[in-house]
Amino acid sequence: MDPIKDYAIIGDCRAAALVSRSGSIDWLCWPHFDSPSIFGALLDDSAGRWRIAPRAPFHVTRRYVGNSNVLQMQFETATGTMRLTDTMPVVSEDDKRKLLLPDHQIIRMVEVERGELELEMTFTPRPQYGRGRARLRQAGKLGTRIETDAGLLMLQCDVPVEFREGNQIQSRFRLRAGDARCFSLIFEDEWPAVFPPLGGWTREAIARSTAWWNAWAARLTYHGPGRDAVIRSALALRLLVYAPSGAIVAAPTTALPERVGGDLNWDYRFCWLRDASLTLRALLGLGYTEEAEAFANWLLHTTALTRPTLRVLYDVYGMPPPAERTLDHLAGYRGSRPVRIGNAASEQLQLDVYGEVIDAVTQLIRGGGALDRDTGRMLSAFGTYVCRNWQQPDEGIWESRSGKAHHTHSRVLCWTALDRLVALHAQGHLRTAPVALFERNRDEIRKQVEDRAWNPRLESYVGRLDGDELDASLLLMPWYGFEDAGAWRMTRTYARIQEHLGAGHALLYRYRTDESSGEGAFGICSFWGVEYLAMGGGTAEEAQASFEQLLTFANDVGLFAEEIDPTTGEALGNFPQAFTHVGLINAALSLQDRLSGREPLRPRRPDSPARG
Amino acid sequence: MNWGSWALWGFVGTLMLTTAMTASQGMGLTRIDIPYMLGTMFTANRDRAKLLGFIVHLVNGWLFSLVYVVAFHAWGHATWWRGLLIGLVHAAFVLTVGMRLLPGLHPRMASEAQGPTVMRQLEPPGFLALHYGIRTPVSVSFAHIVFGTILGAFYQG
Repeated sequence: MDPIKDYAIIGDCRAAALVSRSGSIDWLCWPHFDSPSIFGALLDDSAGRWRIAPRAPFHVTRRYVGNSNVLQMQFETATGTMRLTDTMPVVSEDDKRKLLLPDHQIIRMVEVERGELELEMTFTPRPQYGRGRARLRQAGKLGTRIETDAGLLMLQCDVPVEFREGNQIQSRFRLRAGDARCFSLIFEDEWPAVFPPLGGWTREAIARSTAWWNAWAARLTYHGPGRDAVIRSALALRLLVYAPSGAIVAAPTTALPERVGGDLNWDYRFCWLRDASLTLRALLGLGYTEEAEAFANWLLHTTALTRPTLRVLYDVYGMPPPAERTLDHLAGYRGSRPVRIGNAASEQLQLDVYGEVIDAVTQLIRGGGALDRDTGRMLSAFGTYVCRNWQQPDEGIWESRSGKAHHTHSRVLCWTALDRLVALHAQGHLRTAPVALFERNRDEIRKQVEDRAWNPRLESYVGRLDGDELDASLLLMPWYGFEDAGAWRMTRTYARIQEHLGAGHALLYRYRTDESSGEGAFGICSFWGVEYLAMGGGTAEEAQASFEQLLTFANDVGLFAEEIDPTTGEALGNFPQAFTHVGLINAALSLQDRLSGREPLRPRRPDSPARG
Repeated sequence: MNWGSWALWGFVGTLMLTTAMTASQGMGLTRIDIPYMLGTMFTANRDRAKLLGFIVHLVNGWLFSLVYVVAFHAWGHATWWRGLLIGLVHAAFVLTVGMRLLPGLHPRMASEAQGPTVMRQLEPPGFLALHYGIRTPVSVSFAHIVFGTILGAFYQG
């Protein structure tokens, strides 16, 4: 199997596919992010793929076309050079009213630039994570129909194909400089299906998609360091927004391991309220208010059934995700088993989620959004819930499966929730909230954190109350305004975190316990380190140097997984991971603020004293 | 045709339907909010949409009850179980055909094919309005059965 870093993503904001450097689509779930896979070779060689590549050995380079999510790979062989362009076409809603388009489509176009090449296309659909039936039938000039239990797939191409054993379609063809061939795969679960023609129409679809993405990226308002990396991160995040509802999924994949060969293989194709709230803030910071408002709307609608209790995660339509189960017929990525679908974390108590959600909505309001009565009532109900429950132990931000504990990060986020609500009330946004209750609990939380999360022996804040373990999430305390980055306690905490959790090259582990043995450095935690420095924990130069060092761990098209192997630089965990790209964007925004001397969007505590 | 009886029980039936749906929401059974969905056809303001939607829903209820009354007359006379049956057919129509057509009619509702453009708008209800909660078909059917049963039991032709 290819290294995780060797993949790139294409998508249409409803589903996504991963394409390897060898021209193979090894992961595709249709019609939604969390639907069963049609191509699943990422997790098992026999679970389906769609590959187009030269038959001779090749060297490949790849890029996205401009600031788009249209992927282009250049294959160089001894006899010639070809370009493969892959995209899931997107168009504006205005264009949709004029054009009859398939619901779901992948377009692949081969163009030979130099010399002559023999190419091979192999198409092996394996629906239902490799277990479902795919009935292939030749449909003349319309291509090949593939009937599955979920819907109809239709493969069209302008090269001759042959049916092979094992429900495989193959084509070998020779092209010369100037030749081009198009391939289209559509999926329809409503009939009659729409079959767009190949040739000129395919080129137009690629051009429309490129133009749409470029126009979207052009709205980005960031002009600080690492702009290209920030744009790519924004584009990757945007692919994880489920457009019909406004939900944001954590990653498009399941079971890519946090430890190769290990069992930390989780399904991330759902919407974590924490991740989504952080994503919202990142997009808001870059000037994308529509996406932020759509998410707030989704949030209001989604939580209606459980309010004031928030689930940790939801599916794209706000339903609880399916129960976690294992797919034992799949070998797993490089033997990393079990392959899990569904996610049991949905049953956990993670109190930090309330703070993340309230803070995200607050930022939206500060950015000019309006707070209607329903949203106000919802926020107030969350605040009351926090007041009743902040003293509970929970599973915390890292979703520990070894039981509940009193996590400092959760406490700080409960404080954040109440602090923001009090501020909203003071600004006249929350007229009927029980502010005295919020203030009283907020102050009690602060006292508890200051007394019990500070370890005088280590001279550091620690991950759990009365504990002695460090946790990279403590670096967020200035971010939420609980501590000033330059405060003595924070500078000591940062020093201890560097000592205990530093992995070299500006990388940080999230924590180090027996449970985490063999894990890589955590992407977002490493960017939190940059952000801490940018917010005043270090010099601007230190922050920028760390930021630039971390950017070198992206793959060749600028994508990050959840974790990074500090020894090899390999990507680990689900890919691409919203959390890491959010970290990158937020670190860049803080760095930009620091360099320009601008007041950051997020609240800080100007009255925070340096304490000893 | 007894216009006074139709106006009275059409109004009462609609109030009861709205009450049943709102109660379902309050009990966490469903996220469907028909007055809100109707109101957002005319305004994006959530507070105004609810009020406007309630008025539109009331008028809708009256109009729909006219169809019930015509059906009662065609059938002979009104009985509670005839009202219940028509209510059930009405609910089945709303959940299958109505919900499927809604994204095409509603200017502020996304369709399943929405994207990549994303806006602050209503989620599409999906088949049987299941995107609004797994118990939505039960809640909608129950409310329409209440509506039909009231009309059937009290309308005097």
